[in-house]
Amino acid sequence: MNNPRLRATRADKDGLARRPWRGTVREYDLFKELTVALVVMGILTLGLSAIFGSPDEASVTLKSWANAAPADFVATATAELAGSSETAGYGPPYNNTPDATQTLGPLDLQSLSGVQLPIDTANDLVIDPLSTLNAPPPELADWVKASDAQRTGWSTAYSDALAKATDNDPANVAADAGAYGPVPVLTDSLLTMAKQGALDGVLAAKGDFYNFDYTLGTLFLGDGAYFGDLATAQHLTGDQWGMMNETGNTPGQSWLWLFSFWYQVEPFASAPNADLLVVLLMLLLSVALTLAPFIPGLRDIPRWIPVHRLIWRDYYRRR
Amino acid sequence: MSLRENPPREHAPEEDEYHTWTGKARGALLRRLPADKLLPEDQPSYVASWIYVFGMGAIVSLVFILASGVILGLNGPAWYHLSDLGHFVNSVHLWSVELFFMTMVVHLWGKYWMAAWRGGRTLTWITGMGAFLVSIVTAFTGYLLQTNFDSQWIAFEGKDALNSAGIGAWFNVANLGQIFMFHIILLPLAVGAVVALHVLLVRMHGVVPPLEAAESDAQLQTGVRPDSEEAGR
Repeated sequence: MNNPRLRATRADKDGLARRPWRGTVREYDLFKELTVALVVMGILTLGLSAIFGSPDEASVTLKSWANAAPADFVATATAELAGSSETAGYGPPYNNTPDATQTLGPLDLQSLSGVQLPIDTANDLVIDPLSTLNAPPPELADWVKASDAQRTGWSTAYSDALAKATDNDPANVAADAGAYGPVPVLTDSLLTMAKQGALDGVLAAKGDFYNFDYTLGTLFLGDGAYFGDLATAQHLTGDQWGMMNETGNTPGQSWLWLFSFWYQVEPFASAPNADLLVVLLMLLLSVALTLAPFIPGLRDIPRWIPVHRLIWRDYYRRR
Repeated sequence: MSLRENPPREHAPEEDEYHTWTGKARGALLRRLPADKLLPEDQPSYVASWIYVFGMGAIVSLVFILASGVILGLNGPAWYHLSDLGHFVNSVHLWSVELFFMTMVVHLWGKYWMAAWRGGRTLTWITGMGAFLVSIVTAFTGYLLQTNFDSQWIAFEGKDALNSAGIGAWFNVANLGQIFMFHIILLPLAVGAVVALHVLLVRMHGVVPPLEAAESDAQLQTGVRPDSEEAGR
């Protein structure tokens, strides 16, 4: 590339690219091409839509979760009370859990926003919804009066007992009423509320009429195992290239193949900060391709691997 | 293929013929993009490959995306769950998006192998990449708006990447109202604007000549008919 003769030749050629074309031309009808393209792509689009349609698998509700997997629901509600759920330990933008953010050396982008969408899992997902009931369980008052240490002690003990119980069924939990405090009653009341469909509305609208924000319900669902199991069965999770898939056999966001690819390979696949690494890498690659004209090597590949001879083979044949 | 001599081009009047800001702006615009460049009746003889139709394919797919999206938007995000017609319009929206990305990606790689940024076309390349990247974000918000199991799961999984980058608080994938606004107003405007600028730049600069084209090429010699038997040899 340092050969002055080569540089001069390239400048000449780029000069030719820079000047208006003075050579021969062929007839071209922009509007005709537009019309033909509209017809061809229209037939293709309508045909594919008529043949393959589009998937529309009904959403999961807290009601369907509570009815289909009550043990998972109760275990999740208990974890929300104990502060041991994924959401409770997430860090910004939901809460201030220490050392929860994904970092790269000193780079901690996740903390930059601060706690913009504060979520206190015990209150927002369990206690506040229960207090909207016409007749809240009397044990709610015990929870409200208790100290933080007492609450954590009760809910952690109940979490552990549920994990050991046959089928994780609350009915099979070892009797030790004093150790669990009001937690079994609270989580059972929440389960009943969810089974009846009341919890969906309360979590979504937070006591108001209108709702546009499903953050609470989405995070609560995600803290359980049921939601993830459904997604796994549909090949939608991150380690199943889920970013590119949709329910059924319809193609999803296949253009995210490279984004999805990094999650399948090391060191990303098992990195605790995989999201941050993949986002930064994709940002870097996107910027590199956008600025390809300025990047030596990247901009020269089309000269080294002459695919252009195929594209312009007619021109080169007539030189 | 029938080739012919390059006809003389129209020229805008010189700038000193204009006296007002408006006139000077008009002069500058006309000089950069005269009518015969904006709506040409011919193209250089090297524009002769199937690769050139994919850009137009992407634009036309965008037309179908916008048309089906307008119908879906006017009926509200839950309409397509309840109506057969709505479901079909939703399918058209999905498949036009799939075809849009398919054609756009082929167009993008075609232009890469042509090194199509040569000769002052850097901004054309950058706006093309911009259209691709903004379209990815727009499509993502569309997947979040499906109000079904897919969108629920995508919101749950997608939040982690956005939160790790520190933008999840303002671009909250589980906030349907916010995502609806992004998907039907801001991002389509952004895609439309970038694509329009890209197309205008393509028309302004013309299609990039072959990498090995040289002044000595037969098709650059006036008076020579390259499609004649002799030149074709």
